[in-house]
Parts: sequence; C-alpha cells; structure tokens
Amino acid sequence: MASVETVTLPHLPDSPIQLSLFKNVQNSAFLRQQLLEGNSDFEYAFLDASILISRNQILAACFRAITDSLNNRLKSRNVHSEIVFDLSPNNNIAESFRRFGIQDTSSNVVAVKVLRNPNQSVAEHLRQNVQGEPVPLTDEALAEVKDDARLRKIYRLDQPKKGETAALGKEAETFIIGSMALKGS
Amino acid sequence: MATTTKTTPPALPVPFTTSTTPLTLITQGAEAHLYRTTFLTPTTPAALKIRPPKPWRHPVLDRRLTRQRVLAEARVLAKCAREGVAVPGVLGLSWEEGWVAMEWVEGRSVKEAVRGRDVGDEEGLRGLMRRVGGAVGRLHAVGVVHGDLTTSNMMLRPVGDGGEKGEAGGLEGEIVLIDFGLAGQTVQEEDRAVDLYVLERAFGSTHPREEGMFGEVLEGYMEAFKGSKGTLRRLEDVRMRGRKKSMIG
Repeated sequence: MASVETVTLPHLPDSPIQLSLFKNVQNSAFLRQQLLEGNSDFEYAFLDASILISRNQILAACFRAITDSLNNRLKSRNVHSEIVFDLSPNNNIAESFRRFGIQDTSSNVVAVKVLRNPNQSVAEHLRQNVQGEPVPLTDEALAEVKDDARLRKIYRLDQPKKGETAALGKEAETFIIGSMALKGS
Repeated sequence: MATTTKTTPPALPVPFTTSTTPLTLITQGAEAHLYRTTFLTPTTPAALKIRPPKPWRHPVLDRRLTRQRVLAEARVLAKCAREGVAVPGVLGLSWEEGWVAMEWVEGRSVKEAVRGRDVGDEEGLRGLMRRVGGAVGRLHAVGVVHGDLTTSNMMLRPVGDGGEKGEAGGLEGEIVLIDFGLAGQTVQEEDRAVDLYVLERAFGSTHPREEGMFGEVLEGYMEAFKGSKGTLRRLEDVRMRGRKKSMIG
C-alpha cells in the first residue's frame, strides 16, 4: 500500500504524480501489450528500472513532459509516453520506448501516473494489475537494480578507468539530467 | 545599488506563472533575472535563471537570440559536468521560454570571502588564490573559456557537510565557477589569455590591496593546465594591448 507515492513537483501544483516501483514483475508482456493497444485504463509511463540512476532522473523527465504538455508541444502521443521519451538523450521516439519503456523481459518496473486531480489514485488499479513485489521507490532501491554498463552506453558516459569503481555516482546523475534537458536542442 | 526607480520583475514564463513554490529574486543582470527556488524536489535548492523577452527586439530575432544564449550556457555547463570541472549542474531548461534551472551552490562568493577574511591569514589567502587559478586552469584544459571571470562569479563551497570551519569566514572550500552566460568553447590561446586578463583586471579593481597576490592565481593555473605556458606568453601580449585584438568595434 505504502508503495505508491504521490509527489507534487515544485512549480507544478496542479499536476501531482504517483510513482511506484515493482520488483520481480511477472506480467511485463501483458502490461506492455496494454500500452501498445492504447488501453485507456492503462495510461501510465511504465519504465524499465535498470536504466534509472535516481529518483531525480525520473522527476526531471516528468517535469519536462508536464511543462511541454502545458505548452502544447508534446512530441509523442500523450504526457505518459512523453515521460519515457524525455528520459532519452536523443530524439528517436521508437528507440526511447525500447530503451526506457517496459519490455516483455523487464522484471523491475517503475510506474508513473500524472493525475488529473489530487483526489485520484491509481494505487488499487496498479495493485490489481501489476504482478510484482511493490517496494518504496528510493535511490537505494534503484541502485540495486540499475545496469551501470547500459547507462554508460546510452548516455555516452566514459568507461571506468582502471582503479575506478564501475558504479555511477552523483556526477553521472548530474550529467544524465543535463543530457536529458538539452535533448532536442 | 542605491537606485530609487522601482521596477517590477517581468512576468514569469509557464509553468512558473502558476507556481506555489517560492521564487526569490536574487539578482538581475542586463539579460536575465536570477531566482532562488527549489526544483525537482521541495528540498533541492536551485538557481533559476530566466531570460525574459526583450520587447525592443523584433520577436523573431528575440526568440532566436534567447534560444542561442540559453543553449550555449547549458551546453557549456553540461560539458564541464561531463569533464569533472566544478560547476552547477543543469537540472532543467526551456529554450522556448528562456529559462535554465541549475543546482544551487552553497557558500559565498570569493569576493565576499576575500573582503571578509582575517587579514592576518596570508597563507589562507595564498591557498585560496592558488585554488582560483586551479579552477580556471581546469576549465581551460577542457576547452572552455568563461568570458566574465570575476571574484563574484566564483563561489567558495564549503567542503563536507557544513563543517564548522567553512562558515566561520575561513578561506577553505572548493572553488565553483558560476554564471556561464558569456562562456564559449574554444581552442584558441588568445581566448584563454583574454579570459585571464579579464580576471586580472577585475581582481585588481575589486581587491586593490590584494593585487600583489595575482601571481598565486597564475601559479595555480600552471599546475592545473598543461598548455598554460602558451597562454601565459600570450597574456603578456594582451596586457600590452588590451582585451580587443581587432581594431574594429
């Protein structure tokens, strides 16, 4: 229950979002199929947690998607697909869905929902439809499931030098969020 | 700062128009207004630099210039972040509305630190000057010039989590360069020499009593930047003739 968290981003009081992380998801293929079919009960951004370095990375994508939506300049179908797209450092929409969106094989999934009003909640709907273990969405939980090698490849971060730890730190997060912000320029 | 004409800050762009998050105007330049606020989370302090539309410019030109300048600044910051130079990271931006949100840099400016220092602590000042030179050297080493190096565009960020020494007016801390509004990416010796020359002149007029310490800045610069020799040689030329190389304009 406590695993679905409602967040209001600074400067966006009218667009609260709900975030949740599910581990060991069994029905990723089903969830992805709902998105492909455009099932209106499944208006979510389902993200593959292995390419997420931190909560801030997710929030930065949400901020951009919501503000672009407010300014009527979405590049993709809706605000939820835009969140997936905005994680990408480049402009290829199909590629961004493949890299950052849920895949049939995804086992750790972050669900993001932009709420239409503050009283809405998708906690029950997610609980019924996502077959996985809900865990609090913390930087630590993301760190456990992230794939540093893929993150490095996608965001073109330098390979670790000898003696350096392969794990990505705060500097990498800063650079990743910067790359996302500059995308499309 | 004793101006009596009261000007209201310009209208904010979407989404900040409907924001319920506090936005505090910190300072204003010719091009932009700088606000302190939070970004991404309510506990992440951020600097929001907004370039409002300039009504005296043709709208098409205005959009193009704003876009170019927002992006130039953000690209330089991103490049520095990638190369490990200490600068505020970009948290978000919109070139259409003309704003950049950057990480907030804690601490005070080098200018304030130098002015408010314990005058007896000459070693501390010497160390600070070296670190200033080091910061500029690392910036130049990655192919970036700042364009407006002054001691108020350098922050002295306390190291560790708010140690007792840092806030008591000491000169310890990490140098973080800020305000890349005039920065550029360059490989030319001339540009780097001019960058140093601007700092030298600004330093001399802001801190006349400490002017003799500028040699320490150059020492720090040499340690941090391999190609410093050529730049310093060129600095001699620039000192003789001033900042402008061409005689036009």
